[in-house]
Amino acid sequence: MIAVAAAGVSRRYGRRWALSGVGFEVPAGALVMVTGRNGSGKTTLLRVLATALRPDLGSVSIHGHDVSREREQARRLTALLGHRTHLYEPLTALENMAVAARFLGTDASRPVLLERLDEVGLGDRADDLVQTFSAGMRQRLSLARALQQDARVLLLDEPYGHLDPPGFSMVDGLLQRLRRNGATVLMATHLVARGRGLCDRALVLDAGHLIYAGPVSGMPASQSDEAGLAEGS
Amino acid sequence: MTALLVTLRKDFLLQWRGRAQVVAIFAFGASALLLFSFAIGPDSLALQQHAAGFLWLGLLLASTLSLAESFECEMEEQALEGLLLLPASARALYYGKAIANWAQLALLGCALVPIMVVLYDAGTLRLLALFGVIVLGTAGLSAPGTLYAAMTSQIRGRQTLLPLLLFPLVVPVLLAAVKATSLLILGDPMGQVRPWATLLAAFAVIHWALGGLLFDRVVED
Repeated sequence: MIAVAAAGVSRRYGRRWALSGVGFEVPAGALVMVTGRNGSGKTTLLRVLATALRPDLGSVSIHGHDVSREREQARRLTALLGHRTHLYEPLTALENMAVAARFLGTDASRPVLLERLDEVGLGDRADDLVQTFSAGMRQRLSLARALQQDARVLLLDEPYGHLDPPGFSMVDGLLQRLRRNGATVLMATHLVARGRGLCDRALVLDAGHLIYAGPVSGMPASQSDEAGLAEGS
Repeated sequence: MTALLVTLRKDFLLQWRGRAQVVAIFAFGASALLLFSFAIGPDSLALQQHAAGFLWLGLLLASTLSLAESFECEMEEQALEGLLLLPASARALYYGKAIANWAQLALLGCALVPIMVVLYDAGTLRLLALFGVIVLGTAGLSAPGTLYAAMTSQIRGRQTLLPLLLFPLVVPVLLAAVKATSLLILGDPMGQVRPWATLLAAFAVIHWALGGLLFDRVVED
């Protein structure tokens, strides 16, 4: 079963094409690494898949729902962890979780939300205002909020960004759990070596063009090195 | 309906957390009334005649600050986009925000009345009617104001752009509100307040309906 299908997806900002004719299919339950240089179109691709941006050309479907024509159905199936956290700075961590839970119609009781915050190591900071959080803590809270949707397709843009080494392990653990639960994950990252260890498939973008789509094992090492994608580069 | 209540709860909580800003906006409105009174001078009759106009001008100027502020925390970390992707109904998000802005502007208007009474010697015994006009007038300001505040919230120079877009649109609201308030302060022997209030209500209904229809086009890509 195909979870995400993109065909000829193009998106431009002004006169510059951020994505150009990108097409691929991702089977349900796959863990996909999306990689490429800065400005290669990773974030734009994930935002198009999440329905935050409309493609100028081409089509995207999430579990058979076209993101342009069946936007609401597609949104129910996806969750996005983006560069911006989607959090309200003047609210506490718990209040942010509660707002999302109420919109989702899920249990917004304190114990349930505390459990979710514990998963990302923020249980003891539940009642602190987000504006007092470090970048790493915001990233953890944003991740908890994305996971709260129990979406079938998770779109994670640099999930390791701002995190400390225990945070890296936490994300690895969450990805393993998502895989066991059958969720499909597309993860944009520059940490290619880490991605190779975790993911089944890879999408490599360069200047808005998809230059590789396939199993992560078949991803040419030279390609990632040439693109300057190797971990730590 | 549930989404609207959830939005309202969220927006009132955000307003409560930003209450220091609300006090600052009130101080701005009160300062504007004070400065306008200096422009008129010590002529008590002229002060009374201009009181309604200056009350609404003060409220209109303060409203641009209040409306722009209401979208600051929505855009700072793209929290509004986060809600739309959940997915939350854009219409519910609009009406929740517009009702919260309306409540804030109506309270601000009522709070400016005593300042007007003191500075302009322009009181009225028909307080309920005066508050009714303020409620209707601020409804006519908050609906288009919320829409335009959302539209300009991601644009550089939004503090300039919001009044530029909003002021021409709310001229009829301002005229009707000033006329109705003026009649309440200076006397209404011909019973003209009701038609002006009806006009205010009509503007509010049109703006609220249009806002709900257009908001998703404003906030969606």
